[in-house]
Amino acid sequence: MKILVCVKQVPDMESKFAVNSAGTWIDSADLAWRMNEYDEYAVEQAVRLKEQVGEADITVLSIGPDRVVETIKKALAMGGDRGIHVKDELSHDKDPFQIATLIAGVAREQNFDVLFFGMQSQDRGSAQVGVLVGEMLKMAVVTTVVEFGFEDGRITVKRELEGGNRAKVRLGLPAAVTCQLGLNTPRYPTLPNIMKAKKKELTVVEVATLAPAEALVRTRNMYPPSKKGGGLVLEGDAAELADKLVRILKEKTTVLK
Amino acid sequence: MKVLLIAEYRDGTLMGSTYELLAFADKLGAETVMFLAGSEQVQPAYDGTLYLAEATDCGEYNPEGHRELILSVVEKEKPDLVVFSHSSYGWDLAPRVALALRAPQISEVVEIGEEGDYVVPACNAKLRRRLAGEAPVTVLTLQAGAFNPQGAPSGTPHLEKLTTTTSASLEFLGYEEAEKAEVDLAKAEVIVSAGRGIGKPENMALVAALAEALGGEYAASRPVVDAGWADHSRQVGTTGQTVAPKLYVACGISGAIQHLAGMKKSGFIVAINTDKDAPIGEVADVLVVADLKQFVPALTAKLKG
Ligand SMILES: Cc1cc2nc3c(=O)[nH]c(=O)nc-3n(C[C@H](O)[C@H](O)[C@H](O)COP(=O)(O)OP(=O)(O)OC[C@H]3O[C@@H](n4cnc5c(N)ncnc54)[C@H](O)[C@@H]3O)c2cc1C
Repeated sequence: MKILVCVKQVPDMESKFAVNSAGTWIDSADLAWRMNEYDEYAVEQAVRLKEQVGEADITVLSIGPDRVVETIKKALAMGGDRGIHVKDELSHDKDPFQIATLIAGVAREQNFDVLFFGMQSQDRGSAQVGVLVGEMLKMAVVTTVVEFGFEDGRITVKRELEGGNRAKVRLGLPAAVTCQLGLNTPRYPTLPNIMKAKKKELTVVEVATLAPAEALVRTRNMYPPSKKGGGLVLEGDAAELADKLVRILKEKTTVLK
Repeated sequence: MKVLLIAEYRDGTLMGSTYELLAFADKLGAETVMFLAGSEQVQPAYDGTLYLAEATDCGEYNPEGHRELILSVVEKEKPDLVVFSHSSYGWDLAPRVALALRAPQISEVVEIGEEGDYVVPACNAKLRRRLAGEAPVTVLTLQAGAFNPQGAPSGTPHLEKLTTTTSASLEFLGYEEAEKAEVDLAKAEVIVSAGRGIGKPENMALVAALAEALGGEYAASRPVVDAGWADHSRQVGTTGQTVAPKLYVACGISGAIQHLAGMKKSGFIVAINTDKDAPIGEVADVLVVADLKQFVPALTAKLKG
């Protein structure tokens, strides 16, 4: 079984963000980077599927500048077999259609049986790339998966719906799946596995060698949301803050007698 | 401008988000047509043409079939926009429709921009982006709650029936209800909620102790529930419970939109967060910038003392 997992490197969401000089995306200086949370579930599920079927090969793909190799290596340390780095300094300027076109371009000739994606990225949140790639490759595609099973050559998943309800769906191979939080518990790479990952095959594909697509969506600008007025911000020593808050609660609410 | 609104139906019910689509179209001042894969028995109150496919024929979850039906309506009506809710139905179907049309898709729209553009959140709602489509027809998904209907919906749609023969590669096997609540958070006057910022399961006790001192219940954000540190029935948010206590205390919760959707109607909101810029600050009446591990016990002690 040939499995592809697509991972994205995103900034830590607790960072302080600044807009870049072009005004179209974040300034990448001084940020800490990590694997998109949703993709961690995708990698874990790919590794579990391999553990179940035995004979399987997991390719991990990421698009971006050199630093994304760290994210590929993390996925390899979690159990991926080989990495593909589509080297692209300008990936942050590409829209979901362009990113999906690049992934489909790499995947098309390789006849993967199952594609795993996170349901969305934490920085953009478009929730489009996995669906677009699957559709471009004419596969069955299912989104927001919180339970995944494989039996008799078919995949059975539970999709999460609003309110925590679920829909059960069955699909044949080849298939693309987008993973939601809570699907599994992503493993931490162990030190020996981190060492092993360093020696795994990593292919670099220059983005210029892939057929590009025209952008369909244009970014006009980017800015911090305007602050809602009225909200009080308290800072200082914990004990003093507690005093202050109790006074406010007594004044503004009826819950403290 | 003409917009095609994709109404939503599930398990015998019309989803309320359908009316948010209409509110959005109203705001644009656009001409509308609507599509629903549902049932003639469950029509939206709507004054316009409704293209209706019976879900019993086309399947309730059958994105490939629904895509073909929607494409046939686009072909006929030539809308400028095709608009979905950003929901489990919408985000699954919208990219399929967009790809077939070679149309740009803008996801999770929260606002209409000034010059034919749309505003979407980025980086966990710490930033906003204004995006524009570069094609004759653009596909949008709208963030839940971003466009609120004014007044009660009314009208009887003019029906245009659609049929399909598309066979699907996905087999829908039915629904499963969420597990029933162990506590009824809807009844609690005070809720103290734990987010990922609590760091480790032992710190749940700090949050539970504060809830007790305030005479309320404890709850949690999704990562805390996913990690198994709290029961799912205590999850607040789009895929958990919707609550409106008199006081909501968010401890180490960033304020992602799916969490806010479940608690922003609370009477008074206190957030405790080390990050002054956390989006929870947008809805909080008081943001206490502090480490919850120090502040929560200090507050609990103060309340008890
Ligand atoms: C379809 C869908 C449905 C979802 N449904 C839900 C839902 O129902 N409910 C829900 O909650 N989420 C839901 N989510 C997930 C949601 O998008 C966020 O991932 C989640 O709400 C984040 O939880 P959090 O705020 O606890 O964690 P994080 O976003 O990781 O935030 C942790 C916060 O803690 C702060 N912090 C860290 N350490 C400390 C400390 N020592 N003291 C004080 N503060 C600290 C940080 O500054 C940060 O702001 C859903 C997502 C999707 C895609």
